[in-house]
Amino acid sequence: MKKINLKVKLGQRIILKNPVVLESGCFGYGEEYRDLIDINRVGAIVTKTITLKPRAGNLPPRLVETAAGLLNSIGLANVGIELFLKEKLPYLKKFSTPVIVSIAGEGSEEYLKLVQILNKEKIAGIELNISCPNIKKNLVIAQDEVETFNLVKAVRKKTELPLLVKLSPNVTDITRIAKSAEKAGADILSLVNTFSAMGIDSETGSPRLGGVVGGLSGPAIKPIALRMVWQVRKATSLPIIGAGGILSCNDALEFIIAGANAVGLGTAIFVNPHAYQEIITGLKKYLFRKAIYDVNELVGSLHEN
Amino acid sequence: MLQIKAEIIENRELLSAIYYRLSLKAEKIARVSKPGQFLHIKVNPVGPPVSHGVNQEIFPLLRRPFSIHRVKRQNVDILYRVRGKGTEILSQRKKGQYLDVIGPLGKGYKLPDKGAKIILVAGGIGVASLYFLAEKIAPPPISGGFTPLEGEDRRRGVTHFTILIGGKKAENILCRDEFERLGGEIKVSTEDGSLGRKGLVTDLLSTFNLKPSSVIYACGPMEMLKKIAEIARSHRIFCQVSLEEHMACGVGACRGCVIRVKRERYKRVCKDGPVFNSEEIIW
Repeated sequence: MKKINLKVKLGQRIILKNPVVLESGCFGYGEEYRDLIDINRVGAIVTKTITLKPRAGNLPPRLVETAAGLLNSIGLANVGIELFLKEKLPYLKKFSTPVIVSIAGEGSEEYLKLVQILNKEKIAGIELNISCPNIKKNLVIAQDEVETFNLVKAVRKKTELPLLVKLSPNVTDITRIAKSAEKAGADILSLVNTFSAMGIDSETGSPRLGGVVGGLSGPAIKPIALRMVWQVRKATSLPIIGAGGILSCNDALEFIIAGANAVGLGTAIFVNPHAYQEIITGLKKYLFRKAIYDVNELVGSLHEN
Repeated sequence: MLQIKAEIIENRELLSAIYYRLSLKAEKIARVSKPGQFLHIKVNPVGPPVSHGVNQEIFPLLRRPFSIHRVKRQNVDILYRVRGKGTEILSQRKKGQYLDVIGPLGKGYKLPDKGAKIILVAGGIGVASLYFLAEKIAPPPISGGFTPLEGEDRRRGVTHFTILIGGKKAENILCRDEFERLGGEIKVSTEDGSLGRKGLVTDLLSTFNLKPSSVIYACGPMEMLKKIAEIARSHRIFCQVSLEEHMACGVGACRGCVIRVKRERYKRVCKDGPVFNSEEIIW
């Protein structure tokens, strides 16, 4: 039987044993899923977004289930970089899987400080979360071409580590932001973050989320995220981690065919922690059945007339 | 904590199709479950373990948390009330079907010290987790075939407990017979007076001669728990409450199900709870 290749290279230095990535915010610090997910079998993991100082997060309620979706307003609750390095990262380093650390700052100063701290760590890369919709004070950098360019450029100068940029879908034209990030020196694009959204309890007349507006994820956003991955594939030559409502192997295949080099699981982890394994098995079966044998050949293979 | 495909042994309605008892064959979960812990259940049906198909059902999308009600050999039971779409779909599942279950999750009740005067207070479906606790405190006769108790629990020598069960109407009062079988002293209150004392279960609790040697375990609606926390506080009684919150991951990863607490500001109901010391919560 011919061997199936699932190995994927993202940029020059990040090698994934398979194209399934566990996305930021949905996998905590990894240890929470100790009993349910074998990190060694996953392509890569992206940590919860880390900030300079610890953040308690937004006012509850923080979660609302919607039609085929999940609305959240967590507000980047995290232990802060100091505790993260001391207590959380050592656990993740035990595995053979690339660990990408997601960071966010209030202003470029904080991003730069975080990057300088992380430069000393043995990690696979840094993901700039410039698209969290749940930080009120902060301008969503990924909604502005110039801001995106300036931040990525500034960070690029300060680090040799592979640089991922997480894009926001809450824009008129995502390809413009993607091109900005590319021009400024990003190595990999990660898209999409959640869609800015809200819910209202008609009985009480109050917002369903403590933070009023939150981010929508899950199958509800999949077709839109897919379209964005397809657009960005055509606009840049950077590797893409495509995400947005992927639950099944078929969803993952759609993203790969649209142009994603790897696929990210977010809400799917909550729905089914075993999803990563089912997707990996499914990909192998699909590639064998189609006699493609190498997942990289499938990337961006959409037939267009 | 495990993720398994568990076979439904029974999914039976109790009273007037509002309440159901679901029995799952889940030996590995049964072996390690403790009172106060919960199961996170995907209510859509899935294939048996061998077929291992991807569960593509996306409505409802998220799992639903349910307190463990009873562990009987290899079976784990939950008791639930049909309240929304998730529980409605769950109520339609049949014997022989499989459910994708993660459990046991969360931190359960801290068992009482020897000699403590134990008071359990349940509001409506709150009896679910308190029954499992009562079984640990006051083991049923072995012939009953219930949870085999570890030696440690027997040595505690705590055998007597009082349970206060409250609800809107008589039909909301569950598990009286079961608690009776364990030898508990049972007091009931209903808001309409159709069973037991008329009024709230918290009023019933206030009539008790509460001493600092008492311990309270409570599970029910937030308003009820808040009142009980006040009563416990004024009598300097150690009180544990089991909370409910919407959850996404159920394992502490997403930080979605937090409640406000005094020291750390927020705690996760799924991982730091669902059982909390009533004193740590900002009510």
